[in-house]
This record gives sequence, structure tokens and C-alpha cells, in this order.
Amino acid sequence: MTDASGLYELKNLSKRYTRGKETVAIFDGLDMTISQGDFIAIMGPSGSGKTTLLNLLGGIDRPSSGEVLFEGQRIDNLGQGKLAKWRAKNAGFIFQFYNLMPTLSAAQNVELPLLLTNLSGKARKDRVKTALDIVGMVDRAGHRPAQLSGGQQQRVAIARAIVADPKVLLADEPTGDLDRTTADEILQTLQLLNKELGKTIIMVTHDPAAASYAARELHLNKGRFEEKGKA
Amino acid sequence: MLKQTIAVTLLNLRSIPQRWGMSLATVLSIALVVGVLLGFMAMASGFRATVDGAGADDVAVMLRGGAMAEMNSVVERNDVRLLEVAPGIAADESGEPIISAELFVVVDGIKRTSQTRANLALRGVGLSGPELRPQFSLVEGRMFEPGTAELVVGESVLREFDGFALGETIRLGSNEWTVVGVFSTGGSVFDSEIWADLGVIQNLYDRGSSVQTVRARLTSVEALEALQEYVENEPRLNLEVLSERAYFARSAGGTTNLIMFLGWPLAFAMAIGALAGAWNAMYASVDARTRELATLRAIGFGGFPAFVAAMAEALVLAFAGGLIGAVATFLLFDGVSASTLGSGFTQVVFAFAVTPDAVISGVILALIVGFLGGFVPALRAARIPLLAVHSD
Repeated sequence: MTDASGLYELKNLSKRYTRGKETVAIFDGLDMTISQGDFIAIMGPSGSGKTTLLNLLGGIDRPSSGEVLFEGQRIDNLGQGKLAKWRAKNAGFIFQFYNLMPTLSAAQNVELPLLLTNLSGKARKDRVKTALDIVGMVDRAGHRPAQLSGGQQQRVAIARAIVADPKVLLADEPTGDLDRTTADEILQTLQLLNKELGKTIIMVTHDPAAASYAARELHLNKGRFEEKGKA
Repeated sequence: MLKQTIAVTLLNLRSIPQRWGMSLATVLSIALVVGVLLGFMAMASGFRATVDGAGADDVAVMLRGGAMAEMNSVVERNDVRLLEVAPGIAADESGEPIISAELFVVVDGIKRTSQTRANLALRGVGLSGPELRPQFSLVEGRMFEPGTAELVVGESVLREFDGFALGETIRLGSNEWTVVGVFSTGGSVFDSEIWADLGVIQNLYDRGSSVQTVRARLTSVEALEALQEYVENEPRLNLEVLSERAYFARSAGGTTNLIMFLGWPLAFAMAIGALAGAWNAMYASVDARTRELATLRAIGFGGFPAFVAAMAEALVLAFAGGLIGAVATFLLFDGVSASTLGSGFTQVVFAFAVTPDAVISGVILALIVGFLGGFVPALRAARIPLLAVHSD
């Protein structure tokens, strides 16, 4: 379905926090490769650094040392502006609490990433419709987040994440706030995006059922990965 | 960048109703500041307009040099003689100069409403006195006879004070007077005065032959210069010559300045309070949208649009406050009648005037408050940490 070329390469990655006088290492000397078209679930106990890793992959946090390469280019040392441009072009984010703008309609929320492109108004509208169509939310385009259920809001958030056609989707507990049935629907949608559209997806979850939708499961524990083979 | 900025700004402005309490408090506090400032400005400009309007350009007022007001002026009889032959002064049909040497003393009157004593101006005028007030007319009775203890009273005096009805005898100080007439000068400051014969007042109040002011009708507006030149070049005269309009404007100037000196500092002190309010509201606004702003940054939006959006919110709230303050002041105060003591003891009745200039000043003050109150919170908005995307 995809070529096996490395999309991400993490080299000797470390992340440390200073708490008072104490320095806490989240992980130290982490190496990892993520291929184009992967669907990876990152699991692990609380505080193991799952979300921190996702932040580093998404360019919203920087490592204490080591390198994050995306398509062979380092992103960990880019300036604020360049990193913002990199995110706009390459990364789509899906959050546990959806992070939709409450005063905007579903369509306006989805349109946000396209405002950073040079697309015309009409082209933006077409792209928004396509994205909403993929997640099955076209008929709710005019609704505000408060008028939508949790699952519907997450679908809109997924549409927002894919509308600018980024290479990677980074999902942080995307079903953490949803009931089982709704969670399954969302995960099926992500699986579809991976299989049909070839999107690389990296998903942080603590839920084994959610992780089972991914092609690979990586368990982060004490700063190290343990890979579990898929059944 | 423009598209981003507009999008984030609209996003921000649309979310104001979600923080209506804080936003409303900011708007109202700024409205109050602007209202106070405009109230004082309306008072000052209304006062000035009334007093400016009362004075004529073709009437000269002469006071002792350096005397800022009638109260502190002394003009000797000899000076009056010299003025009677001065150039530029109009003459009546019989060829006599239209000139009125005047003197006023302060007497007690009993206010009808409160039954308390209040100061009244008792003015001694010559027969030309009325001629120098174009709106002068006798409403009742007749003019006083020169050389007698007879009075004519202004309409306002009759209305507001006891004992001045036509034909009544009234004791002012140690002297008894008879009211023989009631006059009106069309609502000007003179309506609050009592007039009597100049010679009688000089006599009863031991003023010898001195007066305080000399008023003269000029042959034309331009004749003022000739008169001023004459007075300047006449070594026996140490007098100041002003047009009546300039004289009133100067008398009003002190009061106007006083009003403005009270108004601006008060508005300024309140503005600091409003600034703190705006600052607080904007901080609350940025805090409430931390996750939204961080999410926009994660999507790829820059910090600048967040800064502009927060500034826009602050300025919109401030503008709304300024406008509400201006409109409220206009509705409440414009045209409202008030009175105050002018220079000397003359009461000046005037109407508040909310002028376009004052409204512009008020709105500018509001925008300054909004700008200063919004700036630091807006910087904070631009620097929201990206990791706040995960905040609850």
C-alpha cells in the first residue's frame, strides 16, 4: 500500500523536564523510524511520555537533545515561523477534546488550515466539503460544535486535520472522551484514512481496543519502546 | 498573513458574548470615563458659549488697568470725564456720548426657596445704562428717578428673591428703597441684578465720585482700536479697554479653565481605573481562549494574528464604551440648563453643550484606554505556549 521509506527518523532523542531542583528524564536516547503509510498506536502507562513524543513528532515541542528528522530534514532545530509552516503543510492534529472553535460552524472549523494556503475561496469550499464528506459530516456543515455530539465533533476535528492533505496525522487519545460504539466509528474512520488515502497516522492511546485498529503497537515504558506484533 | 489575521480577529470578536460579564464591565467602565470627561467638557463649552454670546462687539468695557474683574476695579470721576471725549464713542440724538459709568455693591437678598440670605448685585447706572444693553426692556413700572432711593429689579431677582414686588419698600443694609420697576435683558447675566441711580449709590455707600467700570457704545466694531489707542496715549488714564464680548470671554475663561482643570484630571484618574479593568478583562479573555489560541498555533497560525485579534477585541470594547459614554452624555446633558457664579457675584445661566470635538476627544481617550489595556494581554496571546493544546 505504501513505500517503506522512512517518514520520520528519531535519533538519540532525549526529553528532560526540570521540576524544582530535580531533573526528570521522560526518555533518553530514543531511536525510532516511522515509515510512510504506517498506522502506529503508541501505548504506555501515564507519565511514560506518549504525549510528549507526539508533541515532538508534531513540532509543537522540542527535544532536550537528539534529532527529529522528517523526510530526511531536521525539524527540531527549525525557527518558530518555519516550524509553524512545516506544521501547516505536513501535520494534522486530532485532540482528545477536539479543540474546535466554539463560535465557528463545522465547515468554518474545517476551513481553518486552508486559510494558511493560497487556495481561492471556491477551492477552499470544495476541499472542506470533500473532507466533511470523508468523515460523513456534510449534512452538519452549518452546525456549531455545541450542537454536535462528542463523536460528531471528533469527526469534524478529523476533517480539519485532513483538509490540507498533510502527510501525517497525529492523534492524542482521539477516543478518550467517547463511548465504545462512537470510539469504534472514529477508529474505523482513521483506519480508512490510513488504508484508502495512505495517511500516516500516529495515535497515542491507553486503550488496547483502540490500539488494535493500528498496524503497529509501540509500548513506551521507562523511556524505551517495546514493539508488540499484531495478531 | 492578512487572511489569517482577519480569520483570527473575527474568531475573537465573535467569542466576546461568551465573556459578556467581563466585556460589559470593561465597556461600562470606559463609558463612565468618557461620560465624566464629556460632562465636564460640555459644561465648559456651554458656559463659554453662553458668556461669549452675551457680549457685544460694539460695546467697550473699561476697567482699571490690571483689574481682572469689575469687583477689583476703580475708575475715578476724572477718568470718566476724559473718556466722555474719547474718539470712537457713539453719541445719542442730542450729541451726548452713550457712556455709562457703573458701580456695583453686594447686598443681601432672601431666597424664596430656602429663606436664606444670598448675595445680590446692586448696580448703580447712569441713564445710558439701559441703552448699552440692547435687550433691555421694562416689564413693569417705570425707570428710577435720578437722585432718589428708587430701584428697578431684574426679572430673575423678582422670581427668586422675596420682597422685590413692584411698589414694595425694602431695606438693603441701612437704607430703605422703593421698587418702581421690573426689567428684563432677555435672560442675560443682568437679569440677576438690581439697578439704582449711580449718584445715590456712591453717596449711600461712601464711594465718593468713583465708579468701577465704564461702558460705552462704539460708533463701529472697528472704533475699539481708536479708543484703545486714545486711552493708551493719554498719560492720565490707566485703564484697560476691551470689547464687551472679550470682557465676558475673559470672565468666563477662569470658570471654563476651572471646569477643565477639574474635568481632565478626574477623567484621567478614572481612566487609570478603567485601564486596569480593561487589562483584567483582556487577560481573562486571553486565558479563556488559551486552548483555542494554542490550537490555532498548532495548526500553523502565527502569533501575530493572535496579537492583532486581542488588540482588536480591546479596541472594539473601548470604542463601544466611548460611544456609549458619548451618547449617554449627549442624551443626559446636552442642552440641560445650569447656573453658576461668574466672575464677581453675577450668576451666569448656561446650557451644557456636547460638541462633536468633545465626542471625538472622548472616543480617542477610550481608544487609548483600550490600546494600553489590551497591549500586554495581546502579547500574551501571541506567546501562548503550543503545549496548551492539551489543556482542559
